[in-house]
Amino acid sequence: MKNDLIASQNSQDRKNVDAELASLRGDLLKFARLQLRDDAAAEDAVQEALAAALSNQKTFGNRAQLKTWVIGILKNKIIDIIRERARSPGTSIAVDEIPEDAYDDLFKENGHWQEDNRPSNWGTPEDSFSNRQFWQVFEICLTRLPENTARIFMMREMLGFDTEEICKELAISSTNCWVVLHRARMGLRLCLDEKWFNSENRDA
Amino acid sequence: MLNCKQAAALMSQEMDKELGLTQKMGLRFHLMMCSGCRNLNKQMEFLRQSCRKFPSQDS
Repeated sequence: MKNDLIASQNSQDRKNVDAELASLRGDLLKFARLQLRDDAAAEDAVQEALAAALSNQKTFGNRAQLKTWVIGILKNKIIDIIRERARSPGTSIAVDEIPEDAYDDLFKENGHWQEDNRPSNWGTPEDSFSNRQFWQVFEICLTRLPENTARIFMMREMLGFDTEEICKELAISSTNCWVVLHRARMGLRLCLDEKWFNSENRDA
Repeated sequence: MLNCKQAAALMSQEMDKELGLTQKMGLRFHLMMCSGCRNLNKQMEFLRQSCRKFPSQDS
């Protein structure tokens, strides 16, 4: 009798976790698509991550913990796919998507900031972490980066590859890798600056 | 003396690898003198933090 009660309680927990996982699907897909830029591969990765999560009996205190955990699984799936791709021949990728002089306008002849382009103080930007709109803008800005630039940047900052691994996986030189990462950061910060931190639409 | 463009490239590189001593000192010195680059440095650090949270924020 007592055992039955426990079993039924567990099955209820199980159902809750399943429902939560299903509700995360959309977010997971967005993340995988940004990273892989291939809808079919993104679907597969999310499907596998969810299947792995469903077969696990782990329970979670709250939705945020569950999400973090599933995203951890998804990240590993994405890493596998990237490694797989790198093994197929002819995968050396274009790294000159953002031209060398793209951000030259920010600087004067002597390499110091133009008065209008001097980076401003974002105050305590971490406050934006709790704002849903901020994350929408963040995603838009990531999407705006050219494909390979975004991929290299996300491999570094979201999947935790070090630059040596990125060079190896994508068959590019380490100098190219640093240059691309720098341009990605410059592009992303300009976009956030314009669309969020100095935007009149913010909090609107 | 580093200019801002060079300092920007170095602070980005520093996020990906250990800088040489001369580069490190040059960058620290430049940051002491230049508020624009100090802001940029903080912004880049913020990008890294954001990426670590993305998309795990409970939205």
